[in-house]
Amino acid sequence: MIELAGLTKRYGRTTAVQDLTFSVRPGVVTGFLGPNGSGKSTTMRMILGLDHPSAGQVRIDGRRYHQLADPLTHIGALLEAKAVHPGRTAYHHLLCLAQSNDIPLRRIDDVLDLVGLAGVAKKRPKGFSLGMGQRLGIASALLGDPRILMFDEPVNGLDPEGIQWIRNLMKRLAAEGRTVFVSSHLMSEMALTADHLIVIGQGRLLADTSMARFIEENARTFVRVRSPDHERLRAALERAGGRPRQCPDGSLEIEDLPAARVGELAAENDVVLHELSHQQASLEEAFMRLTHESVEYHARAGR
Amino acid sequence: MTAPTPLPAQQAAPAHPAPGYASPIPVVRTHIGHAIASEWTKIRTVRSTVWTLLSMFVVTLGIGTLYALSLSGEDYVGMPLLAGGFFGLMLGQLGIITLGVLVISSEYGTGMMRTTLTACPRRGRVLTAKAIVFFLLAFLMTLAAAVPTALVQLAVLSDQEVPSYAVDDAVMEDSIVDGEVVASTDQVLGATLGAALYVALLGLLALAVGALLRHSAGAITVMLGVVLLPLLTALFLFGESVADLRDALIEYSPLNGLASLYGIPMMGDELDSGWPLLGLLALVTGGTLAAAFARLNAGDA
Ligand SMILES: Nc1ncnc2c1ncn2[C@@H]1O[C@H](COP(=O)(O)OP(=O)(O)OP(=O)(O)O)[C@@H](O)[C@H]1O
Ligand SMILES: [Mg+2]
Repeated sequence: MIELAGLTKRYGRTTAVQDLTFSVRPGVVTGFLGPNGSGKSTTMRMILGLDHPSAGQVRIDGRRYHQLADPLTHIGALLEAKAVHPGRTAYHHLLCLAQSNDIPLRRIDDVLDLVGLAGVAKKRPKGFSLGMGQRLGIASALLGDPRILMFDEPVNGLDPEGIQWIRNLMKRLAAEGRTVFVSSHLMSEMALTADHLIVIGQGRLLADTSMARFIEENARTFVRVRSPDHERLRAALERAGGRPRQCPDGSLEIEDLPAARVGELAAENDVVLHELSHQQASLEEAFMRLTHESVEYHARAGR
Repeated sequence: MTAPTPLPAQQAAPAHPAPGYASPIPVVRTHIGHAIASEWTKIRTVRSTVWTLLSMFVVTLGIGTLYALSLSGEDYVGMPLLAGGFFGLMLGQLGIITLGVLVISSEYGTGMMRTTLTACPRRGRVLTAKAIVFFLLAFLMTLAAAVPTALVQLAVLSDQEVPSYAVDDAVMEDSIVDGEVVASTDQVLGATLGAALYVALLGLLALAVGALLRHSAGAITVMLGVVLLPLLTALFLFGESVADLRDALIEYSPLNGLASLYGIPMMGDELDSGWPLLGLLALVTGGTLAAAFARLNAGDA
C-alpha cells in the first residue's frame, strides 16, 4: 500500500506536483495516467525518497521510505531513466543491489531467468537494446521479491512482444496480492492492464476511479448514419423515438437506436444511405477531454 | 464524461481484495557493512577502476625506475636516496584522483545514483561506504606502487660516492652516514606509508569534490587545478611585493606536500618533513567531505 497525503513539489517557480492525495492498494494494477510533464515521474521519485516533497508526505505500508532498513524487499521500482552503470555487467549490477539489502544471492539468477536475461548476465548494459535495458530495470525491481512494485513508463520504446510481456507480468504480480503502480501517458495501454486508474494533469489529481467505472462513464457508443436525404431520415428516426444529433460533417449520430433498427427505418422510408456504422468514443478521447485544460503545451506543441 | 472532479480517494474498492503478498525474503536490519560490501562490488566491477589504478602503478614504478637507471653508476646524485619515487607518483597520483572523482560522479552521470539511493536511503551511509572502500583501495594500491619504487631506488642508487662538500648540504642531513648515502627510517616511512596516505587523501578529496559537483569532467578539472595551480601561479609571481604570497603558494602546494614526504621540500622550514602538510590535507579533505554530506542530505537526488 502506498499512501500520499497532500504531496506537493515545487522546483523554483514551477509546481510539478500539487496537493496529491491518494492511495495505491494491493491486489490490483493501478494505472497512473497523465500527459507529458504532468508530474508522474516526480511523484514516483518522491515516493522513493529521492526528491524531497515541498509539502505533504508519503507512506509505504505505513512507513516513511528512509525508515525502511532493507527497502528493496518492501518496494521495487523501475525508474524512468535507465538507472544503471553501462559498464557494469547485469549480474554485478544486481549483485551490488542484493548485497546492500542482504538479499540472498540466488535471487539474482532467479530474476535474470524471470526477465529472460540469463544469457547476457555477464554482458555490460552498454550494448543492451532498449528492451533489454528495461528488463534489467525490472529485474532490479523484482530482486527483493517486494510487496510493492512501481514502474515508470515500462513499455516505452518496447516492441509489441515486449509490451505484451510486461502487461502479463504486471497482472501476474497484482494477482499474487502485490501492490502494482504503473505510469503511462497512453490511455489505451492502461485500459488493457489497469484495474484502477489515477489521472493527473499539471500535477493535480483529476480522477481516482476503477477502470470499469471509467469505461462505463466514458465509452459512449452510438450509430453514425449518412444520407443524401437526411431531412427525411431524421424525421423517420424521430417518429421511431430516436433523438438524432446533427454533426458538422452532415452525418447524424443516434445514441438510443441500434444500427439494425436505423437500417430498417431507412428501408421502410425509401431513404438512400451512404453510411451506417456503429461507433465507440475511444477512452483516449475521454482521457484527452479530462486533461484538456491541464495540458500545458498542447497548443504550442501542435501534437 | 461529467466534469473532471476528483473522486474521493476511498471510493472504489479493489476488484478482488487480496490479503497482500508476503515476501519469503527475511526482513533484516542492514548496516554499514552491507553498504561497504555493495560499494566494493561496484568499484571492482567497472573498467575505469582497472585502468586508473593500472596507469597509476605503471607510471609511478616506471618513471621511478627510469629515474634511478638514468642516474645509476657511481656519480653522486645530491638528493635523498628515495627521492626519485616522487617524480613518478607526482604523475601517478592523477590516476587516483580520477578514480576518486569517478567513484561518485559516474553514478550521477549514468543515473545509477538513484538506484543506489533507493537501495540505501540513508545517504550518509552511502557516502561513508564509498569513502571507506575507495580510501583503503587507493591507499593499498599506492603503497603497492611506492614500495617497489623505493626498492628500485635502494638497489640502483646505494653505491654513490659521496664527495666531501656533500656533508654540509642541509637536504642531505639525514642521508649520509659514514660517507655513504642511506635512507633513514623517516625517509623510508615518508616515501612509502606517507606518500600512499597523502595520495589516498588527495583521492578522497577528489571523491568529495565529485560528490559536490556531480560532474566527472568538472570535478577532475577542479582537482587538477588544486594540485597544479598553486605551483604554476607561483612561477608567474615575480617581484618582492608578492614574495610572501609566492612562498605561501609553493609551501602549501599539494605537490610540495608530496615532495616533502620524499625529503625534497620546495620551500619551508618547519613543514619540511611533509607530515604537517599531510595533516593539513586531512583537515581540508575532512571539511570537503562534510560539505559533500550536507549537500547529499539536503537536496534531491
Ligand atoms: N529536477 C527538476 N528541476 C526542475 N523542474 C523539474 C525537475 N523535474 C521535473 N521538473 C518539471 O516538473 C514537471 C513534471 O515533470 P515529470 O517528469 O514529473 O513529468 P512526467 O509526468 O513524468 O512526464 P513524462 O510523461 O514526459 O515522463 C515538468 O514541468 C518538469 O519540467
Ligand atoms: Mg516521466
